[in-house]
Amino acid sequence: MKKTAFNDLHKKLGAKMVPFAGYEMPIQYPNGIIHEHHVVRSKVGVFDVTHMGEFIVTGPDALAFVQKVTTNDASKLNFGKVQYSSMCFENGSIVDDLLVYCFGEYFMLVVNASNMEKDFNWLSANTAGFDVKLTDISDEVSLLAVQGPDSVKTLQKLTEIDLSQIEYYNFTEGKMAGLDMIISRTGYTGELGFELYMKCDEATACDIWEQIFASGQDFGIEPVGLGCRDTLRLEKGYCLYGNDIDETTHPLEAGLGWITKFAKGKFNGSEAMQTAKAEGLKRRLVGFLCSEPKFIPRHDYKIFSGETEIGKVTSGNISPILNKGMGMAYLTTGFEKLGTQIEIEARGKRFIAEVAKLPFV
Amino acid sequence: MNYPNDLFYTNDHEWLRIDGTTGTIGVTDHAQGELGDVVYVDIDSSLGDVCAGDTLGTIEAVKTVADILSPVSGKVIEINNALNENPEVVNKDPYGEGWMIKIELSDPAEADKLMKAPEYMALIGE
Repeated sequence: MKKTAFNDLHKKLGAKMVPFAGYEMPIQYPNGIIHEHHVVRSKVGVFDVTHMGEFIVTGPDALAFVQKVTTNDASKLNFGKVQYSSMCFENGSIVDDLLVYCFGEYFMLVVNASNMEKDFNWLSANTAGFDVKLTDISDEVSLLAVQGPDSVKTLQKLTEIDLSQIEYYNFTEGKMAGLDMIISRTGYTGELGFELYMKCDEATACDIWEQIFASGQDFGIEPVGLGCRDTLRLEKGYCLYGNDIDETTHPLEAGLGWITKFAKGKFNGSEAMQTAKAEGLKRRLVGFLCSEPKFIPRHDYKIFSGETEIGKVTSGNISPILNKGMGMAYLTTGFEKLGTQIEIEARGKRFIAEVAKLPFV
Repeated sequence: MNYPNDLFYTNDHEWLRIDGTTGTIGVTDHAQGELGDVVYVDIDSSLGDVCAGDTLGTIEAVKTVADILSPVSGKVIEINNALNENPEVVNKDPYGEGWMIKIELSDPAEADKLMKAPEYMALIGE
């Protein structure tokens, strides 16, 4: 089991540690997932997300290569821009979703921890004909996500860079708490927040953690775990690889048409997706809210309309903000309209839910 | 974690307290810790006579859902309706305010088949 630089800190803070994608990671601290959820929505929380994978793409053909392997249009990027994108197989199914960071001549791809090896192998297999070099720097990088409305105030005390000038999905390189790092205005929570990519030894990484917490003390900063990362992203309708998207789904049916740019020319999966689009999508990923009390939808629960099975829950949980069950599901085309009533089957019973607009919060 | 000596315990992490012929049922400190934040406790209000092992209801926590199984046989005589408003007491006070169901025991000797605290603590590795 791999450990991040912050492993001892998590344990000292009383975190419940779980195996996740080969790492021992904190799922929650003693105050619990719902409390941590509210900390991120109303104050500021810090996630250790070191388990994410980072690959560097260098070489004269770096842009052409990124254009081939990802679905979004990386030619729109210039230095300091971040782009949400996905990688597909030739049949249009999703290898992974990722962030593409543009450093001018070269790119950094940030991928899901659980897919790191698969992604690197897939990317390597696609380098034929391109003058590029792929480097996996995942083991050298510590990554903290500082998220919440007070994240700017917390981090501003630690840097001379004017953080308020960094726009959403932009990054800068510079000193924070005395260390050169990548300061990226991104996150998986839908809140104001930053992700800090640090290349340093464990002691330095822990020192940065301590400085961030000292600085955020006045704002009620707390460590937050993977448990609330899931409820936070689901309230915003962000897909989770392995739940909402995987090797059996393609971006168009997942509602990721906005990161699938056919106009840029041929890319992995583009022809298969254009065919699927021309034939008409058979199912769509939708959000739904539960109207029944005391019910939380869960991954894989079946969904019905009368006697017809129309889909399955891909992600489900309670929304701590709305205090009701929320989820996402692929529904047979025709049932995706907002307000459509659906029935979710659990424990031999049916629970009523309604197709609802994303984000929920 | 806390495992009172006067309670009986099941493999499924329920506890049972016996007062005369009344049995009070809840889930253990270990169970609430594993479940994390409890957000709903849904107990079937139509229950009458139940057998040991029957499902009495479900606990919805943020991370997962779990059934509440009856440790013993008997007739359901009371449900803790306070859990509708404050399910979090299951986390805070699992053996007190977090109790779930009271049963009129049909065979108090059934409790002999359940575990006492040391046995239960061995089961969960404490």
